[in-house]
Amino acid sequence: MDKMTQLLKLLENTKSIEINEFRMDFEELELYLMPAIQQAVQKSVETQKAISKEALIMEEFKPPIQDYPGKVAEVQLGKGTRKPVYLGGQQALYRFEEAQPNPPVVTFDVFDIPMPGLPRPIRENFEDVMEHPGEWAKKAVNEFGANMVTIHLIGTGPKVMDKSPREAAQAIEEVLQAVDVPLVIGASGDPVKDPLVLEAAAEAAEGERCLLASANLDLDYQKVAKAAVDYDHAVLSWSITDVNMQKTLNRYLMKEGLTQADIVMDPTTCALGYGIEFSIDIMTRTRLAALKGDTDLQMPMSSGTTNAWGSREAWMKNDAWGPTDYRGPIWEIVTGLTMMLNGVDIFMMLHPTSVKLLREIGETFVNDYLTTELPEIDDWITQLEG
Amino acid sequence: MSVSAMDIYKLLPKTNCAKCGEASCMAFATKLSEKETDLELCTQMTPDEFDTLEDLIAPAVKEIVIGVGDKTTTIGGDEVLYRYELTYYNPTSIAIDISDDLEDNAFEEKVKAIEDIEFERVGETLTLDAISVRNKSGDVDKFAAAVEKVKDAKYPLVLCSLNPAAMKAALEIVGDQNPLIYAATENNIEEMADLALEYNCPIALFVPGDLEKMKQLSHTLRTKGITDIVLDPGTFVGDAIGDTLDNFIMIRRLAVEERDGDFRFPILGIPALLRLNSEDDDVTKGIKEATIATTLMNKYADMMILNGTDIWELIPVLTLRQSLYTDPRKPQAVDPGIYEFGDLDENSPVMLTTNFALTYYTVEGDLKSGKANCYLLVLETEGRAVDVSLAGGQLNGKAVADLIKDTGIEDKVKTRKLLIPGLAAPVSGEIEDDSGWEVTVGPRDSSGVPDYLAKHA
Repeated sequence: MDKMTQLLKLLENTKSIEINEFRMDFEELELYLMPAIQQAVQKSVETQKAISKEALIMEEFKPPIQDYPGKVAEVQLGKGTRKPVYLGGQQALYRFEEAQPNPPVVTFDVFDIPMPGLPRPIRENFEDVMEHPGEWAKKAVNEFGANMVTIHLIGTGPKVMDKSPREAAQAIEEVLQAVDVPLVIGASGDPVKDPLVLEAAAEAAEGERCLLASANLDLDYQKVAKAAVDYDHAVLSWSITDVNMQKTLNRYLMKEGLTQADIVMDPTTCALGYGIEFSIDIMTRTRLAALKGDTDLQMPMSSGTTNAWGSREAWMKNDAWGPTDYRGPIWEIVTGLTMMLNGVDIFMMLHPTSVKLLREIGETFVNDYLTTELPEIDDWITQLEG
Repeated sequence: MSVSAMDIYKLLPKTNCAKCGEASCMAFATKLSEKETDLELCTQMTPDEFDTLEDLIAPAVKEIVIGVGDKTTTIGGDEVLYRYELTYYNPTSIAIDISDDLEDNAFEEKVKAIEDIEFERVGETLTLDAISVRNKSGDVDKFAAAVEKVKDAKYPLVLCSLNPAAMKAALEIVGDQNPLIYAATENNIEEMADLALEYNCPIALFVPGDLEKMKQLSHTLRTKGITDIVLDPGTFVGDAIGDTLDNFIMIRRLAVEERDGDFRFPILGIPALLRLNSEDDDVTKGIKEATIATTLMNKYADMMILNGTDIWELIPVLTLRQSLYTDPRKPQAVDPGIYEFGDLDENSPVMLTTNFALTYYTVEGDLKSGKANCYLLVLETEGRAVDVSLAGGQLNGKAVADLIKDTGIEDKVKTRKLLIPGLAAPVSGEIEDDSGWEVTVGPRDSSGVPDYLAKHA
């Protein structure tokens, strides 16, 4: 070992190598030297490269494009009487590498009951329609430009109004009648009742290709998967900021007969300032794994961006922080946008301003690189007002 | 790509002399690869060996200091593309733009606003970092006068003018303060480079929308011996924000993955450009400016110039920065144990929370602002929040019973009553069984605690 170290040291300060010098000890050191020689040769090649770089005045600029062996599956939502939307389908991380196939999709949260707990800046936009999920959905689509609607069947919660799966199905029918965008169907979060509610809702929406939200490891995900297979829907596969948990759940769901094209992943959105960095890391790792070829993670991702409203900075009255009318929407946009920049494809959101701005910016992310006319900013120093 | 401990070890003396404070050269190499120690601590290397190793461990992105003394901001230094791989270093520096044609009063007010903005969260005071004076007037004297007005301000300066004469006039006033010169362009690069050399200041290179040309000009500056360069590839907003993002990402990839010397510099983004020719109302401009800042900070902006000073616009930007630049290798936790609030006696209430930093500081803030008098027991949950540690099993009856014993709270109070967070309700029975204390389930959000305590006193 010491001889090798000394030899390596010698090599480090050498710009070129006479291979002859090594032949002397070759037999003796053969086993050890192989990697050492490789290293030394590589090093000298690198040094040479560095030298030629300096000497060459202008190297050609080459965009840093990578090859990815994997591909994110494309998931269709909406069929039958719905205008379909498509999620996923990416074959590269960024649009300068390869055109991005589908713009991000925003789905507006609507509830089957008037939801007393909604923050004021949201309530005041929907006060007139909160008794009727169909009207609520219509307003979200027609006035605020949602691509989709999420109908949360909160009223089925045993501690909320304990509505029956049948009543849930009726709410679904009402919303299906009211709008022609695809639906996400969410339940109340009760692990026992949710599968029953989702099953009834799936049947009511047969052939409309909804996204059933959600399957997770704490409930009878087999029932949810079966409902999706039987009535042709997709499933939201929800894990809690854990790549391995997400892989496991996806594998289980695929065993039940779902394919990559029937699953959307929700790796959990932690709100801005409340752990958003954990979501960033998980989403980045998940998307990279997909593009590198991990078939258990090659599905589009969803973000419960609405979680942003749980942050105090979004809703709490505090004069030192400025009006909640502005803070709430920004908190939701910054949370959603951060998720978008790290690979999320579909966003569940609550505030009209947030939905509008996120959609606008999201759509520019699917234009091809340098196909947009660049605004004139050369003289910004003298042109900018204020 | 970051350098592995093994790559570094190969170049160390391997004497295990321990003079660096580490037990072995391998341990030192590991610390170096994680940037937790300094190469200077190794005394066993020749200058050549030192240089070789220093070059090897130099970050992919050059670290640049703007300002002097206690008035500095440091940018760059990053090594990786994704924060989970290592961590991001040197939080994005935020400068606020101020125009040289503002009336005296407005100018002073804005400087004061910039200096006064602060926002406390998770035990940290978040502030802005720099003032960016802009030669909007195009007038040399006006620019110099504006720079004169901020030369004693609290923050380091960015000098924005494409006119070398105006830049020279400004540098004559604050050239010894190491301001960032903004900017060299293809039209003024010779004169600006001379100023950067003469005053030994960092210089920004403004080449909107053309990375090929940016590479050329960066090379030109380097050839002149300039080492502190900041790259501004142009912040295009609206439909072109995607191109802006692509340019930022390409620059960082070229630095980290290709180690392209012309791009291994910090990137400057200017969300303030959102306000250029905008028809929007002021509130919409503020919201959109925060949106642009979010976009650029997520993808590699090391420094940004904003124009808005509304607190509701800046809080989310500062919060995002704080989140992005936490170290993913370290749990964000406070020490477990006993914390005291207000006036206490043997009948004071005792509460429980977890040692996740955000949880703790939120509770602390509420107890202080609500002027509560109570003991707070903080449970070691490895930096997990209440609901997460409940799911993960760190918050359980036995752990709480141990905490009660270990803190000696039973010697401080006569009562045997514990108030637990609303979210911890599922383990209330378990805690009672294991500790023998009477457990009450408190509010779900700690903002309700002071009222709760007042009512139940």
